[in-house]
Amino acid sequence: MSREKIIVLEVNGRRHLKAFPAHRTLLEALRELGFFDVKCGCEKGDCGACAVLVDGEAVDSCLTLAWTVEGRAITTAAGLGTAENPHPLQDAYAKLGAVQCGYCTPGLIIASESLLRATSAPDDDDIRLALSGNLCRCTGYTKVFEAVKEVARGRAIGGRK
Amino acid sequence: MFAEFELETPERLEEAVALLANGNGAATLPLAGGTNLIVDIRAKRVAPERLVSLNRIGELRGIRVSDGRIAIGGRTTVSDLLRSAEIARHGSSLVDSARVFGGQMVRNAATVAGNIACGSPAADLVPPLLSLDADVVLTGPSGSRTVPLAAYFTGYKTDVRRADELITEISWALPATKSVNRFYKLARRKGDAITITGVAVGLTVARGVCTKARIALGAVSPIALRAPGAEALIEGQAPTPALIDEAGRRAAEECRPIDDVRASADYRMHTVHVLTRRLLSEAWASLA
Repeated sequence: MSREKIIVLEVNGRRHLKAFPAHRTLLEALRELGFFDVKCGCEKGDCGACAVLVDGEAVDSCLTLAWTVEGRAITTAAGLGTAENPHPLQDAYAKLGAVQCGYCTPGLIIASESLLRATSAPDDDDIRLALSGNLCRCTGYTKVFEAVKEVARGRAIGGRK
Repeated sequence: MFAEFELETPERLEEAVALLANGNGAATLPLAGGTNLIVDIRAKRVAPERLVSLNRIGELRGIRVSDGRIAIGGRTTVSDLLRSAEIARHGSSLVDSARVFGGQMVRNAATVAGNIACGSPAADLVPPLLSLDADVVLTGPSGSRTVPLAAYFTGYKTDVRRADELITEISWALPATKSVNRFYKLARRKGDAITITGVAVGLTVARGVCTKARIALGAVSPIALRAPGAEALIEGQAPTPALIDEAGRRAAEECRPIDDVRASADYRMHTVHVLTRRLLSEAWASLA
């Protein structure tokens, strides 16, 4: 039986203290803490439904052990924006029809944000490669790419955040 | 996760190596990005009693150029390679490879040492590093030793690394000014796909002839390997299209592919021929 340890997870700007065993993944820990916007999909790094930002970079939380990210800044899709005050990506995804069943959406938003933080003016190839670790069975991706491009354009002209 | 294990999160390399040395062989495994190991644990392919996370060891991450060599810390991620101007200058085949490596989240987590240590013949950083004549530094409790990457793998998923050693650094001599280094990954799609055939090529030219040729092949043998017969055909020559085609054919003879769910052995040999020819032609044309 692996030992438990109380760790501090800093999620969406707030610190959470909780005991987790060594084998607990970040995905499991976040859902135990109530962050249900982080979804469990393939659990092997193919689907991206569990993606979160760790210090600003998107990672699959199903492949990350909770203990290894103690003290790092973890951001889930809900940490980027809310229904009342959406993040520009969340806004664009909703307005442009890039959301259907919604299961993949939090992970796609995280991967999109990670791309835009690293690349201010991504071309089509950049966007496709940045989102190649996110599976969506509804949209066919075209509207997802349009939403990312719309936000990238907005940022480029200094319009929105 | 269903599997249970102990986890250590050391902050210094010496601590990590000491933990591995007291680790009862394969019962203790180093954990880097986790993009292979966590998947393997979940699939019950491995069942370690203890993992030693390298996540907090900052000294293992980074890229530096000194004394005519470029050195990558073992914990450097695939995304770190894409952000590095030094890698773009001195290891362009690695950029070709890193760009189409897994998906974004995997690139942000997966490490150079982990890609080598996983031992997969389809590990996409290995053919580029072979084409650059890279060396691997292994660090254990009694110190470090350097092994050429070309001598690192001993068979399918077996290597010279002892259980108490870590791949701490990967380095190579800065390529000559008049040289080209490229990699092409053939797969079902560009992103998040396992390689069918990977080919890396490096050519150096001086006074109109090829002074050094490197051809490295991935996913077409039990280990990623070089094609020395094909390289020898090109070296010392100003290769003609006919000679380049012959080198491609020779490279196909030097691999030992299998039939699997992604492609047949025949298709893999055909694509080694075609891709080697294509990369050599493009490389030579850009040097001429």
